[in-house]
Amino acid sequence: MQWRDTIRTATEAVRTHRLRSALTMLGILIGITAVILTVGLGNGAKADVRDQINELGTNLLVVSPGSSTDSSGVRGGFGSSSTLTIEDAEAIADPEAAPDVQAVAATATSSVSLTNGDTNWTTTLTGTTPSWAEVRSREVTSGRFIDEDDEDAAAAVVVLGPDTASELFTTGNPVGQYVTYNGSKLKVIGVLEELSSSEETANNDLAIVPFSTYSERLVGGSGRDSVSSIYVKATSEATLSAAYQETNALLLNLHGLTSADDADFSIATQESILTAATSVDKTMTVMLGGIAVISLLVGGIGVMNIMLVSVTERIREIGLRKALGARPRSIRRQFLVEASVLGFAGGVLGVGLGIVGAIVLPHLTDTRVILSLTASLAAIAMAIGIGVVFGVYPASRAARLAPIDALRSE
Amino acid sequence: MSAVLQLAAISKTYATGAVEVQALRGVDLTIDQGEFVAIVGPSGSGKSTLMHILGCLDTPTAGTFHLAGDDVASLDEDRLADVRNRHIGFVFQQFNLLPYLSAWRNVELPLVYTGTDRHERRERALSALAQVGLADRADHKPGELSGGQQQRVAIARALVTEPAMILADEPTGNLDSVSTADVLGLLDHLHAQGRTIVLITHEQDVAERAERIVQIYDGQVRTEEVAGAVA
Ligand SMILES: Nc1ncnc2c1ncn2[C@@H]1O[C@H](COP(=O)(O)OP(=O)(O)O)[C@@H](O)[C@H]1O
Ligand SMILES: [Mg+2]
Repeated sequence: MQWRDTIRTATEAVRTHRLRSALTMLGILIGITAVILTVGLGNGAKADVRDQINELGTNLLVVSPGSSTDSSGVRGGFGSSSTLTIEDAEAIADPEAAPDVQAVAATATSSVSLTNGDTNWTTTLTGTTPSWAEVRSREVTSGRFIDEDDEDAAAAVVVLGPDTASELFTTGNPVGQYVTYNGSKLKVIGVLEELSSSEETANNDLAIVPFSTYSERLVGGSGRDSVSSIYVKATSEATLSAAYQETNALLLNLHGLTSADDADFSIATQESILTAATSVDKTMTVMLGGIAVISLLVGGIGVMNIMLVSVTERIREIGLRKALGARPRSIRRQFLVEASVLGFAGGVLGVGLGIVGAIVLPHLTDTRVILSLTASLAAIAMAIGIGVVFGVYPASRAARLAPIDALRSE
Repeated sequence: MSAVLQLAAISKTYATGAVEVQALRGVDLTIDQGEFVAIVGPSGSGKSTLMHILGCLDTPTAGTFHLAGDDVASLDEDRLADVRNRHIGFVFQQFNLLPYLSAWRNVELPLVYTGTDRHERRERALSALAQVGLADRADHKPGELSGGQQQRVAIARALVTEPAMILADEPTGNLDSVSTADVLGLLDHLHAQGRTIVLITHEQDVAERAERIVQIYDGQVRTEEVAGAVA
């Protein structure tokens, strides 16, 4: 018997018994829909993280004090003074030394309490250079950002994060008004635009002052020049690794180190942060995946059950085909192909329903579903596989029937 | 003429629960190539059981059966399927057509299992339908045909592989007299082409179309007679 005839016979049998075929497919359909949505939700979550990072800039490197190779992470990294200084940042910003670096912003931070009259609010005071806005791709919604003049004069000015502004100034425009830190009055010159997709409250709750103001007037103390992070923006995503090399080489050189193993700083890329973020989603993916596996298993058992019913019901047909010369192998193949046709149809419909779900779900909840072609094709292949695996037993039952018992049955 | 079917001391016992039914008790029978034999007997005498054994659909409990010289007991399932496919055409009392296939698709079924290609299958099925006078009904489903027409479709299916032997089990049992005449006419015609025909019936007048009548009673061959001599 030729394969074409086997497939034709199987599809005819599926079409002849429409209702039964539809019920058989149902389990597989639901399982495949679950698979498609699981993968789609996972991809959506990943894309959300990626978007957040894109908002910050994918071509961003973050240099932190302390060694990444030293597991204790203490090698001069913490304590009274950081291993990173404002001079390091200035060196990296030199276009001759690091041509692939577009802009650099060093930050020094500390947690402080700001007051406006009776209101006080604890936030992260950040001393940085005017390049910060460019490096972090942030803008102000009102007023202006700090500039070189503020830096040179160590001006008593501050730019507030949107959340900080609304906490300290419940009414009216904060720009032009004053906040007090530790007895020093700081004039509010601008408010940052809200970073909407960010889960990090630190992005919307902060107070930025010129680095000079921070180190000379407000926090100071020992190690005036030390910074807590240096943000390095590469000229493009493509030059990110070149910028990484340049930054690394410059800092090793400046710190008088000959081997990268001795580095007293570490450089993180957004990519490495993304990896950390997606690993958190794994638990959820495993859970949803479990649901998909269980429903596919139930679907497969459904196929087996209904195929067994089908074999019993069509026992006369099987007997007749055997009388006309069908070998056991042909009968087995016919039922196996029939089961896989059911699996295939269930798989295709399941993918279809998954697509509908991917369109509808985002309207109902604020989740994002991203479908992938490979996952869809793999799901259909899986559905066919389930049909075959669970069709084996019914098919060999049919193949083993004695022709006469099959013919005689009423 | 050479013996194509040779039964020696064939017995068949059905064991249904506690009761044992002896459907055949030591049947000896030889049928030659090209013969037209009628097997006659009352209901329950073992005719169908005998035909199933002749058609390699069932195996005897005891005795030996040689088909064209081969001991059937020595053939495996695949060989038996091939024998049924190429050398035997079956006609059943209940027609046994697949209701969801059109007439020509029913007729081509045996050819599907010989691996014949589609185009040739259709041609041979249509020519078989023409032989039974149903060329214009090729696309009708069995449900759209009369009983006589359905049995003619079944005969077309039996002859489509050009088998050497046709086994017909009460082929006229469900038919009116006109259709009965049609079907018997077709069997005569097939016999005239040189095929071996085994016709099972419980009606004496139907049996008389054959060259030889084998009387079977209670699982045993009672008499063998030449058809002309009785009438
Ligand atoms: N599968 C079976 N199981 C048990 N008894 C059977 C079976 N098939 C036939 N018989 C019995 O064997 C005897 C002969 O049956 P059968 O060959 O069908 O007779 P006929 O075709 O001459 O009417 C009957 O008594 C019948 O009841
Ligand atoms: Mg009978």
